Amino acid sequence: MDSSTLYYSLELVSGNGLILSCEQKAALQTSLVILKRNYRFSRVLFWGKILGVKGDYFIAQGVTEDEMRDKKIMYSLNCIDWQLLPPPTEALLAEVSAAAMGRFVGDPSFEYEYTETRRQGEGDAAAKEEFTVKVTEEKRLAATVFTIDRDVSVVPRGALIQTPHGTVQVNRSFQGLSSLEAGNLKNYLHFTEPQHQKKKSILEMADLNPSIDFLDPLSEDIPKGSWSMQLEGSSVCVLRSLLWLGLTFFHVPTTPQHGYVYMGDGIKNLDLPFML
Amino acid sequence: MEQQEEASLNQTEQVAIYFKAFMLKNSPKSNLNLYDHLVHLLTKVMDERPENAVDVIEDLSREVKRAGLQHNQSTLRDTPPTPAIQLLAEQQKTLFTRGGGDEVETEEELVETPLPNLAELSFYLEQAGVGLGREEMQRIHLALKQLVDTQPLQLCRFWGKILGTGGNYLVAEVEYREGEEEEEDSPQEEGADDEEKEGGARDEDEEGEVAEVIDPLPESTYKPPPVVPKEENRTGVNKFSYFVCREPGLPWIRLPPVTPAQINAARQIRRFFTGNLDAPIVSYPPFPGNEGNYLRAQIARISAGTQVSPLGFYQFGEEEGEEEEETVRDSFEENPDFEGIPVPEMADSLSNWVHHTQHILQQGRCVWVNLAEKPEEDFEEEADEEEKEEEPDEPEPEVGPPLLTPLSEDAEINTTPPWSSKMSSSLIPQFAIAVLRSNLWPGAYAYATGKKFENIYIGWGMKFTGGEYTPPVPPPPQHEYPSGEEITEALDPSLEEEQALRDALEEQRAAQEEAEDFEGDEEEDDEDD
Repeated sequence: MDSSTLYYSLELVSGNGLILSCEQKAALQTSLVILKRNYRFSRVLFWGKILGVKGDYFIAQGVTEDEMRDKKIMYSLNCIDWQLLPPPTEALLAEVSAAAMGRFVGDPSFEYEYTETRRQGEGDAAAKEEFTVKVTEEKRLAATVFTIDRDVSVVPRGALIQTPHGTVQVNRSFQGLSSLEAGNLKNYLHFTEPQHQKKKSILEMADLNPSIDFLDPLSEDIPKGSWSMQLEGSSVCVLRSLLWLGLTFFHVPTTPQHGYVYMGDGIKNLDLPFML
Repeated sequence: MEQQEEASLNQTEQVAIYFKAFMLKNSPKSNLNLYDHLVHLLTKVMDERPENAVDVIEDLSREVKRAGLQHNQSTLRDTPPTPAIQLLAEQQKTLFTRGGGDEVETEEELVETPLPNLAELSFYLEQAGVGLGREEMQRIHLALKQLVDTQPLQLCRFWGKILGTGGNYLVAEVEYREGEEEEEDSPQEEGADDEEKEGGARDEDEEGEVAEVIDPLPESTYKPPPVVPKEENRTGVNKFSYFVCREPGLPWIRLPPVTPAQINAARQIRRFFTGNLDAPIVSYPPFPGNEGNYLRAQIARISAGTQVSPLGFYQFGEEEGEEEEETVRDSFEENPDFEGIPVPEMADSLSNWVHHTQHILQQGRCVWVNLAEKPEEDFEEEADEEEKEEEPDEPEPEVGPPLLTPLSEDAEINTTPPWSSKMSSSLIPQFAIAVLRSNLWPGAYAYATGKKFENIYIGWGMKFTGGEYTPPVPPPPQHEYPSGEEITEALDPSLEEEQALRDALEEQRAAQEEAEDFEGDEEEDDEDD
């Protein structure tokens, strides 16, 4: 969620049980402004917090031109000093997925170890060699934030537009979904590069607007029912991901206010198919 | 003359009528007729009295026609369905009205109420980074007030909130006043009795049938394991009663007491709550009951695992001292001399926190019950026979950690420590509070400051297992028949073996014949003698 609307938007996603204390909120309001200036971001988003056993990570995202692609991720342990996370590459993701086990510790320099056996040579003469790969928690953090963003970040349909040049920008004329539209998962899109743009029929395509419908809708997620949608308080539409427990998205229908925040332990809910 | 006039009048009338009928003919194209159109047009002219009406008559005519195309709304408006938000708002409105219209409650009433101070709770929890938002807390506070006003409660505590896929549950932990027992139990127990009766009746019927049928079907030798009896109200896992409601303002629903079978089934499954108490739990192993029972079982498990208090806040009652060391002590009282532990110490050491809810044993109860003893009481005749069988496997009584055990003795979950503790603020540590977060039950929190402490759970009701969930394997299928020699398939003999057997038989026969011959000879000899 946008750092400038933290005042009220944090209140709207608080039904999850986790909030920021006053001290943290105040610190964020101060440090994010400085962060924005130092890195020359056009917008700074508060992304959420990841709970560790010994300490918590606070995550912020900086956006420059393209809302979707030019993102930088920063983390902080005290809401004041921010460090840049390494960019997530394929190799990093693979390393982390092999090594990361259990809960986050809360120390960026903590090292996860795992041994990998590689075969050298062919046939019976293959010699097994064991490599010990060390992955720091900082890398794991970068991979986790990236994966959560890829899997479950949400925007309402129409809030972002793709310009003819291909850049993604905030739609200034977005007036929010109507209260009827807000009840339909089709009108919420994954805020990430389309992963599996399903081949749609001509009839379905007729209703789509190429500058708005360039993202995957949530309704096509597998398994069905991996989102919990509820109207909370006075007509705030709250979406909770069941795949990444802790991701909460809010949208106030008929206003342009929307945002998502992740507050959880940074562990994917792999048991989801059993739990529905 | 008059007749003529009348006739001509009639004639003109007739013509007029014909012409009117002509004008009234509807055009198949637009379903309009000229007469009505002219009436509308002239009415419009009369109403509006435009300047130089004759010049604009064509436009007026067109306008009238166009107006006719508009959807004419009937005076009956269809009422749009009331959205759920409005219904909820209507119901929540009652929370904000003072009940009864009494002007000022007397001070005694204000003191006596078991209503918890949620504003304080929310204030401290916010420092801990936990909470539901101030507005929601306020609503919950009002809803709890409603509960306290309608039920004869001695204790009431906001237990927490359990999130579900379709709706959430707010949970209140209550204790009824002495003597004000709950009526809701009786029908259930009756139901159980009925079931037993039915079962008995069914057995009898079966026996009757068996007697009649000549070739009876083989009877199942399976005996269901004895059902662990549930704990009485106010003891063990049923120490408190729990009320849930979906949204503040909606009615509070009392959850049924939990049975050991439900706790054990809940331990083996992992499912989200749907927000509907009557929803069936489709799972393997099958869960005995619906979502209400599942919710109650999870509440019992979470309470047992995560309700903690500062060391020394509670103490055991004096009457049950050391002489009763063997029995599990299940009651405690507040320590009037408790002074409070300094916050930094609370945050540093887990041994300053103790569990004040009984551990649930493997059996699904807090107090172990010996199931092997039961048959003796129930069926005295059979007891003699069964005693011999059951005495050898007299089970070891299960013992859990006693009450008020420090948290430092909790088991780790796959190298993850079960609790994380910290201070709420590092910048102003003088006024910070100690916060404890459970890693075993994500969402369970406790705080302590001075003499105050509180526990709360806000989460999905799922335990952290440290790994992926693997559903239990179904039990192996029952053996169809005892395997013996007559039904085990033998290997076909090879040619050599057959040959060897044949040779052996041959030899045997030869030997026999020899013997017979010998005997024959003897006999012959005898005869000869």
